[in-house]
Amino acid sequence: MTVSHPGTGSEAGTGPEPGTGPGAAGNAPELIQAVPLRRPGRWIAAAVVILLLFLFLYGAATNSAYDWSTYGHYLFDQRVSKAAMVSLSLTVLAMFGGIVLGVVLAVMRLSPNPILRWVSFGWLWLFRGTPVYVQLVFWGLLAAIYKHIDLGIPFVHQFVHINTADLFTAYWLAVLGLALNESAYMAEIVRAGLTSVDEGQDEAARALGMSWGQTMRRIVLPQAMRVIIPPTGNELISMLKTTSLVTAIPLTTELYSRTRDLSVETFNPIPMLLVASTWYLFFTSVLMVGQFYLERYFARGASRKMSGRQLQALAEAQSTGNQKGLV
Amino acid sequence: MSQPMVRSEQVCKNFGALRVLKGISLSVEPGEVMCLVGPSGSGKSTFLRCINHLEQVTAGRLWVDGELVGYSERGGKLHEMPAKDAARQRRDIGMVFQKFNLFPHLTALENISEAPIRVKKQKKATATTRARELLEQVGLSDKAKAYPAQLSGGQQQRVAIARALAMDPKLMLFDEPTSALDPELVGEVLDVMKQLASGGMTMIVVTHEMGFAREVADELVFMDGGVVVESGKPRELLANPQHERTKAFLSKVL
Repeated sequence: MTVSHPGTGSEAGTGPEPGTGPGAAGNAPELIQAVPLRRPGRWIAAAVVILLLFLFLYGAATNSAYDWSTYGHYLFDQRVSKAAMVSLSLTVLAMFGGIVLGVVLAVMRLSPNPILRWVSFGWLWLFRGTPVYVQLVFWGLLAAIYKHIDLGIPFVHQFVHINTADLFTAYWLAVLGLALNESAYMAEIVRAGLTSVDEGQDEAARALGMSWGQTMRRIVLPQAMRVIIPPTGNELISMLKTTSLVTAIPLTTELYSRTRDLSVETFNPIPMLLVASTWYLFFTSVLMVGQFYLERYFARGASRKMSGRQLQALAEAQSTGNQKGLV
Repeated sequence: MSQPMVRSEQVCKNFGALRVLKGISLSVEPGEVMCLVGPSGSGKSTFLRCINHLEQVTAGRLWVDGELVGYSERGGKLHEMPAKDAARQRRDIGMVFQKFNLFPHLTALENISEAPIRVKKQKKATATTRARELLEQVGLSDKAKAYPAQLSGGQQQRVAIARALAMDPKLMLFDEPTSALDPELVGEVLDVMKQLASGGMTMIVVTHEMGFAREVADELVFMDGGVVVESGKPRELLANPQHERTKAFLSKVL
């Protein structure tokens, strides 16, 4: 058996000069330039998909039921775009409330305090156990159930007396209803994220004298985010579509209700459905792009793969090291 | 004579019905290095974790630098310590774990500067400068921007030591710091620890590295079944163990 060492050369005298390390020119083997493997399956699959897509598009374009001119007419109609903004703002506000409450509920659920644990569990049981549509109908009836809200000492003296109907418009009832329902789901997602972080992280942070709050904010939550973000993106997109249920409150200024109302003008609901779907798809796409960047941010340090910049720095260090060796 | 850095009197620790520590009494003087050895399950790590209150002592008393750990004594009664006070006690005690437990989402430099910034409220620039010095001290100045996953085990453990040192601890606890390392990486971590010991740091080290114990420790303690079986100068204890259990253990590891 023979073993040759890179950089030393196999024959004395003809080998490279001493001091030329591995990777020095003339010594390294040639880079492989192989003929790529042929992949006919991919070409066949592509052809089938393109054909099917063409047939579908051709059918859609020539089918008068889609009524594309009406679609084009209403897509950027101000009434539609305003309704789309209502849907979007409902989504953002309800999701924000849901996430904040969800984090609180998840932390309560993991707390050593048994009262907090049970309150969190009870909340979850109620809001996850009933359909969101039913909950929204309830919120719509809030003013009928509780005619006014009194703030003060119960049964003794009331300082503030508010009519419930004045306090909440249909819009804010919708935000409230969606946010509370969402908080139950977010609580479970956040809890899954928090428990996925290794126990040693918590111990290491505590051993450094960090408080519980600091440990959560700086150490545990940033690591939990990797687990929390993908299902939260799911929830966000799901929320955008759930806003179409707030008609139960009733709130009818959002995208789906508005386009359905407009189809009375057009006598054809199909193009209006397409208009609504286009807006929903547009928002979903934007949200997905946002999720991509968020995930990338919180993936810091998760992989041992180095970034392009790090590899570049290492390669430079390697080549300068070799040059020093040559001198 | 100054007071001992660590004094332990009859320390017991139960996990439910399981008695892990059955009365540990020992003391460590400032600047002293103590190595704890013994078979796994003998309670070494639990005792170490009691010292910085990661575990709560069930019976007995434990003092660090004259201060009772985990409890405060008022009117002849022990009161459980609020989390804030426990955190203040831990701040002065560095701990190095078997599995490193570096924060994976922070770079090596950020791992070291995090606690000084958050806990000691140091300025970011001050903490970063100090972190760079510490990285240099453990021989990793070129790894400041690397994430833990990009470092070898030995490098990670050296960063972990630097992270503990950044809090300027008066006592360092090492919980089997080389047990998770490839054999060729053990030396670099032990070298850093030797350097610390010769710099006068008070250290308690749970280890299976008998060579390190012989060379560096002022006192070697052999534990088994939750008690201290015997202790003494490492050379004497290793050469001439008195107890049968010590002899049996040493015959397996030496």
